[in-house]
Amino acid sequence: MTESKRVIPCTEAVRQLWDYLDDAISPEDHDKVERHLSFCRKCCGELEFGQEIREFLGSKTSQEIPPEVKARLERFVEEL
Amino acid sequence: MGEGEVRDRSREAFQRLAAAELPALYSLARRLVRDGAEDMVQEALLHGYRSFGSLKEDATGGRWLKTILVNVFRDQLRKRARSVEEFPVDEVEEFSLYRTLIDEDPLPYSDTLHHDFLQAFDKDDVRVVLMRLPEIYRGPLVLRYMDGFATKQIARLLDTPLGTILARIHRGRRLFEKELWIYAEEIGLLRQEAVR
Ligand SMILES: [Zn+2]
Repeated sequence: MTESKRVIPCTEAVRQLWDYLDDAISPEDHDKVERHLSFCRKCCGELEFGQEIREFLGSKTSQEIPPEVKARLERFVEEL
Repeated sequence: MGEGEVRDRSREAFQRLAAAELPALYSLARRLVRDGAEDMVQEALLHGYRSFGSLKEDATGGRWLKTILVNVFRDQLRKRARSVEEFPVDEVEEFSLYRTLIDEDPLPYSDTLHHDFLQAFDKDDVRVVLMRLPEIYRGPLVLRYMDGFATKQIARLLDTPLGTILARIHRGRRLFEKELWIYAEEIGLLRQEAVR
């Protein structure tokens, strides 16, 4: 069976999940991960959570700047 | 953008751009380094001012200043290169926060355990956790997932091979998951466990 060559265990699928999400793996590995996900619910959970952590990180950026730092940097800019 | 368009590259134009971008620049610097964010911004502004003429389109000014800030960060990394160590990641490599949450079940009354676990952290918590990562991992992770730079661009900006950047993002993510879990234990998010 040539099929078996394309089946990977959970450990390998999980190792590649973020790269998979990031499109940072080769087409062959991409297929392998996709094939694994098609039958493994546990790794689907990992994948969803991986996606959620990425969004989580993306949502934790602030544009905050303490007023005194802002004032100092503004003065710096004015002096340029 | 036609050839004939007049681009204002005066001192005043730079000052307007810089003033508008201060919050974005400072917050990015704070994600990248534990100390010295303000100095980093100043240095980036100086570099930016000197090369303001090379900015092609006004609309990309904010992004352009950010890339200059990342260059300053890269130079700092280089200077510290000897003190920056690759983290012993073997044990971290196999850590899965997803599985750990299922095994430890810190929020037994939750139907959406993984989601609710993440909801327990605010921006300051995330910064504390990020600062625990060695900066060679933190930098690429922050730039990729918090500031939306493409991996290829990160490789170029940090002057590091793409494969190395991908590996560092990968490890950085694992380290982040692990440190987030440790932090959750520290702040008592896992009180249930302690009581048992
Ligand atoms: Zn699996």
